[in-house]
Amino acid sequence: MSQVIGAFVAVILGVGTMLLYFFGTNYVLDSALPDKTDGGGNFISREKQRETIRPWLFVAPAVLILGLYLVYPAVQTVILSFFNNRGEVFVGLENWIWSFGNAEFLQSIGNNLQWLVFVPFLSTAMGLLIAVLADRVRWGTIAKSLIFMPMAISFVGASVIWKFIYEFRGGEQAQIGLLNAIWVSFGGEPQTWIQLSFWNNYFLMIILVWIQTGFAMVLLSAALRGVPEESLEAARIDGANEIQIFFRIMIPQIMTTIAVVWTTITITVLKVFDIPQAMTGGQFDTQVLANLMYDQLFRGGIDYGRSSVTATVIMIAVVPIMVWNIRRFQNEEKAR
Amino acid sequence: MNTKMPLLNMTVGGFISRAALILIVIAWTLPTFGLLISSLRDADQLAVSGWWTALTATEDNAQGRTGTAEDAVEENGMFVISGNVFEGDSNAAKTVGGYGGGAIGGEIGDFSAGETITLEDGSEFTLQSNGDYTLVSETPFELERGIRFFYVEQVPPRFTFENYVTVINSEGIGQSFINTFAVTIPATLIPIAIAAFASYAFSWMEFRGRQLLFAIVVGLLVVPLQMSLIPLLRLYSSFGDSLTMLLESYVDQGLVFSESIQDQLPVSAKSYPGIWLAHTGFGLPLAIYLLRNYIGSLPRELIESAKIDGASHFEIFTRLILPLSIPALASFAIFQFLWVWNDLLVALVFLGTQPDQRVLTSQLRELLGSRGDNWEILTSSAFISIIVPLVVFFSLQRYFVRGLLAGSVKGG
Repeated sequence: MSQVIGAFVAVILGVGTMLLYFFGTNYVLDSALPDKTDGGGNFISREKQRETIRPWLFVAPAVLILGLYLVYPAVQTVILSFFNNRGEVFVGLENWIWSFGNAEFLQSIGNNLQWLVFVPFLSTAMGLLIAVLADRVRWGTIAKSLIFMPMAISFVGASVIWKFIYEFRGGEQAQIGLLNAIWVSFGGEPQTWIQLSFWNNYFLMIILVWIQTGFAMVLLSAALRGVPEESLEAARIDGANEIQIFFRIMIPQIMTTIAVVWTTITITVLKVFDIPQAMTGGQFDTQVLANLMYDQLFRGGIDYGRSSVTATVIMIAVVPIMVWNIRRFQNEEKAR
Repeated sequence: MNTKMPLLNMTVGGFISRAALILIVIAWTLPTFGLLISSLRDADQLAVSGWWTALTATEDNAQGRTGTAEDAVEENGMFVISGNVFEGDSNAAKTVGGYGGGAIGGEIGDFSAGETITLEDGSEFTLQSNGDYTLVSETPFELERGIRFFYVEQVPPRFTFENYVTVINSEGIGQSFINTFAVTIPATLIPIAIAAFASYAFSWMEFRGRQLLFAIVVGLLVVPLQMSLIPLLRLYSSFGDSLTMLLESYVDQGLVFSESIQDQLPVSAKSYPGIWLAHTGFGLPLAIYLLRNYIGSLPRELIESAKIDGASHFEIFTRLILPLSIPALASFAIFQFLWVWNDLLVALVFLGTQPDQRVLTSQLRELLGSRGDNWEILTSSAFISIIVPLVVFFSLQRYFVRGLLAGSVKGG
């Protein structure tokens, strides 16, 4: 019970402090710079002064927190990648050279590349397929809702769910994992799937596909509904068959959405940490950059320099998407 | 009917597309369904049979031994040893499927329950399906040890909440459930408030650098969490160290409260406020982006007319804009709630890893390591960890989808 009360008090304090800031600072501003009448009885509005300061009261917490938690650390991480394991001595490119000669780091990059192809492709393709199929049936909404559901499940929770599916029982014992049960019923020998080098990567990727397909489906479904009926009619009159219409008319019209879905999933893939961490801990040749970075930071000897290199490599992979996003945003702003 | 693709509306095409969709839905739901069923099964049954057989009895080979000569009683001139193989077994619903083997001859399952076998010495052995056995002989027994036999034990399906009670009380799930709430609620509300004020300023207030600041926010949307961890970890630990030194100096000087402070030393920055701020920082770009899209699309006349009435921006925001923005706030709230609730990495880095500080995800990760073979523990723990997000998700799906469509620029 005391834990519940303690948590409750903490919650109230945390939220209260922040509300106090906004109401307090604005109250102070209004009291410090009130409208007044001068000696001659003329009314002097100081609204202008107040409204010059007020925007900064509004954005200050956001700017401070973004600066402290995202901008400063991002710069600092790049700098730390040129320093030694304790972050104290400048070592130049030593960490970078070490990393690119390190088998585990190279393996992580190799695995990440496979993740980067497989997961966005399969999630987007499945999402598109489901969006098309579900638009045609009355129970489509329920179907979409169920396929969307894994989005709400944590990566760790999903890992437990799928580790159970991949569970292995040796010898004559009955299989309790679904995959082995199916495999054995087709006459196969039971397998320890998540230790099966090379293929185990794909068993891990399927978990993320399972989660991300719903996301792709929702976005693509909305985009498909936005394709104007007239353009489809026109193509039909011109004698195009439905397959041609799908690939030549619909797909090009939703290309931007496909790109958004693809890049969003790409970023999720680059950051994937929980699934390898919970499934294999990066063993059995399943290491990925995000998990490697965590290991370099917490397992064995703490190494700020090398883990900074790993983090920076993830960041470098994200930069093109970041630039594309900002450009897209600026174009949208112009169109507003 | 939608006529976009008549091909799929034709009878064969329509059938195939429906069948395909049903198959996909089943494939997508089955994993979670299996977890739920398994978490409700008897722990012993879960360990020996697949969850898809949960409704049928599990069969197990077991061995029994009759009583000895001392247990024999004389009835109507016959000597009888009797008993029950399930005696002392907590699960009263077990039955015998078949028996045989051991000293009574044959193989296990050769004889069905209730069948009587005549043994070599002329005595007769019977095992009933309820577990009662009798060994009957015309001459007195000389057995010093009981006769050994084998039987197929059938355990009827049993569903129970025992697994849940166990994990909540003795596997740390109850405590981490509370911790998760203590982390999640402020980590959802704080960024909403901060982002709402900032979004209003970005939309409707004039200040230098407004465009540039917002472009930076858009850029920050995709910055991976991993870029922040190392410097923040260093920052947190040096903050904890200096706070500890400061408090120690207070204690040395014998200032007020020094005794209660001393119990808390050394203090760590890995605490609730620490993780709230971290989640706030990581959630803010999306929050500002989503809310600015919404607040910025409100009609300009609304704000202008309120200004003419003499309202300050603070009043316009709190009394007019905030109530109007509830749908957008709800969208982001669901996002942030799910993200924080489901997060593992931030919790591992910014909270301590002692048992009393773990959130559900990190407790689940611990259990995967320490109780990797106890599926009754893992399945019920996992289900507890996903039930709250699932309820939030299904009840507020509309807002969630709206947020997803508005904020799809973000990397998640």
